[in-house]
Amino acid sequence: MARSPQPITGAGGRIAAGCVVALVVLAFAGIALRAEPGRGIGPAEWSAIRFTLVQAVWSAGLSVLLAVPLARALARRRFAGQSILITLLGAPFILPVIVAVLGLLAIFGRNGWVNEVLGFFGLPGISVYGLHGVVLAHVFFNLPLATRLLLQGWQSMPAERFRLAAQLDLPPWMIFRTLEWPLLKRILPGAAALIFVICLTSFAVALTLGGGPRSTTIELAIYQAFRFNFDLSLAAFLSVIQLVIAGSAALIALWIIPDIPQGAGMDRRVTRWDARAGWQRATDALIITLGAGFLLLPLLAVALSGLAGLSEVPLSVWRAAWTSLWVAGLSILVMLAIALPMAGWIALRARGGAEAFGLIGLSASPLMLGVGWFILLNPVLDPVGVSLPVTAVVNALMALPFALRIIVPAVRGALESYGRLCIALDIRGFAAWRWLILPRSAAATGFAAGLTGALSVGDLGVIALFADPDRTTLPLQMYRLMGAYRVEAAAGAALLLLVMALAVFWICDRGGRWHAAA
Amino acid sequence: MLRLEGVRIEQGGFSLTADFTVREGCRVAVIGPSGAGKSTLLGAIAGFVPVTSGRLICEETDITAAAPGARPVSMLFQDNNLFPHLTVARNVALGLRPVLRLTAEENARVQAAIERVGLSGMEDRRPGDLSGGQQSRAALARVLVRDRPLVLLDEPFAALGPALRREMLDLVAELISDTGATLMMVTHAPEDVRRIADEVIFVEGGIAHAPGPAADLLKNPPPALRAYLG
Repeated sequence: MARSPQPITGAGGRIAAGCVVALVVLAFAGIALRAEPGRGIGPAEWSAIRFTLVQAVWSAGLSVLLAVPLARALARRRFAGQSILITLLGAPFILPVIVAVLGLLAIFGRNGWVNEVLGFFGLPGISVYGLHGVVLAHVFFNLPLATRLLLQGWQSMPAERFRLAAQLDLPPWMIFRTLEWPLLKRILPGAAALIFVICLTSFAVALTLGGGPRSTTIELAIYQAFRFNFDLSLAAFLSVIQLVIAGSAALIALWIIPDIPQGAGMDRRVTRWDARAGWQRATDALIITLGAGFLLLPLLAVALSGLAGLSEVPLSVWRAAWTSLWVAGLSILVMLAIALPMAGWIALRARGGAEAFGLIGLSASPLMLGVGWFILLNPVLDPVGVSLPVTAVVNALMALPFALRIIVPAVRGALESYGRLCIALDIRGFAAWRWLILPRSAAATGFAAGLTGALSVGDLGVIALFADPDRTTLPLQMYRLMGAYRVEAAAGAALLLLVMALAVFWICDRGGRWHAAA
Repeated sequence: MLRLEGVRIEQGGFSLTADFTVREGCRVAVIGPSGAGKSTLLGAIAGFVPVTSGRLICEETDITAAAPGARPVSMLFQDNNLFPHLTVARNVALGLRPVLRLTAEENARVQAAIERVGLSGMEDRRPGDLSGGQQSRAALARVLVRDRPLVLLDEPFAALGPALRREMLDLVAELISDTGATLMMVTHAPEDVRRIADEVIFVEGGIAHAPGPAADLLKNPPPALRAYLG
């Protein structure tokens, strides 16, 4: 059918997309100004490249491998608290990285719970720093993501197939081969690719758990070159390497990366007749307990030590918390100003337009953008003075691919169902946004705003480049407390940060859904 | 009132030609087999389907290239005639102007239309809280406030039961005679034709035939129409 008329034009969206492209291209230009192509890749850079790739491979591999039994157990068991646990699987997405690191240290660190138990039995302790620490933290963040992707796949399997399998009395390995293996083959490569790309640009985890010459990611090397040596040329050169590696990985992964799961999952109950043997139930129970423990104990540790440490929290933390809040607010506003018009534009186009921008988000790392803009801004004004707005903009850009993936389907649905009615009533432009698109996409927009706010509140990235004592966000302040071995104060700050991230997410998400219902 | 001059519509392999005039105040039923192009014909008149060649003249104005909202047409579709997130009153008010606040006079018109279709007291409900018949009434209230000279119905009552559909057709007939508008409606049912239509446009074999008197056509249908009616 010929293209039917639409109540909105894509003009605003094209302008917004142009702004995003301009911001990224400006960063590229800044880097290109200072990167010296004749420099050559030295041993330190090779080491950073190697470590970046190795840790990303390990993180992606372990995350999806461990996710298989966990998702499988969750898919075929029913127990009290299951829906809460599945909802919590979404939490690491909005969990500040540095809070999770503190929690992991409380469990796996030098004086952590695991080492206490090992010491009690006279066993040698484990160390959490270096490659395995970085991988541990990445698995902590990405195991839930992989599990949710797999659960989604399991849910998409028609209940009738399990009924048929039960009718034929298939043994467990046949059920695996006929039902589960095809599903895993379809979902696992995409999940692994997504996690691999995410881990490539890892900064905060490498900053806190890696760091030595042998365990430095490229992103961390950019930071060190910039912050410690103020070697702009090296930082720019490393940014180019980062861009080439992350960009080409994202380009390859683009075709197999799955959709980000949104809902709490498990909205449909599938009755299962297989896996009823006692040993199967016991294994599943063990797997679920281990998985839940791995994900929840660090958070519990943060909460416990945080409550004890709240009284130790210095005034600087409260000031930083306030700064983080308005940076997050600004970040949400910037994201909405870009994502809403862009969502309108993409929704008008044939399917698949959002992916290109996901690519930009995945390949342009925060520190690379920061270094590029710094090089351009430095001659004109003091970059430190604008570090907080810059952080807000970078956070918004990082959240943009996720926001688009969430908002575009809602806008597209609204236009498909009611665009014709709008046209018939001559409701166009702003009026169409006011009466159709915003109300119909309020829930999705609130969810996206919540994600953006939580990511921004907890982000320890570009702010670390520019920060001075007067302009600091809560995650950075917390990192400084950890560096100064003020353990109680850091724990208190971690709890505060955790509560803030969850509160920002909850308020935005609820606000959107309340508006959608009203 | 409405004149189709050598109109030709092409979509993929499908084509439909129409060349006829609809008299002012006439109530025309559009009948024909599924896929013959009844909805396409109405869509072209409303501006949702582009016309390949020919002209659409409404009240002596060429509307062939006009935007759908700028045409003197109110159309009800098969579904999605109401915004589910807005109240009945707001849905009706959007037929007047897409603004936050209506003037007192406009509000009175909205209120009067809601009363006219028998939905008094349901102004603040959302479509989801209404029955199918009440939803149809709300959509008709909006047709009433829009007050366009040509009303197009593309089977908006198809999902209703027979009794309710008859009720809605009677309401449509009343509203149409209130406003003096011209009506074109797609239907499958000969009893609908008898109930409301003065004339019939038979769409078949890529041609929308000129309207003929409903009673005559139903009594002595030409062979193709006879085959369709069975």
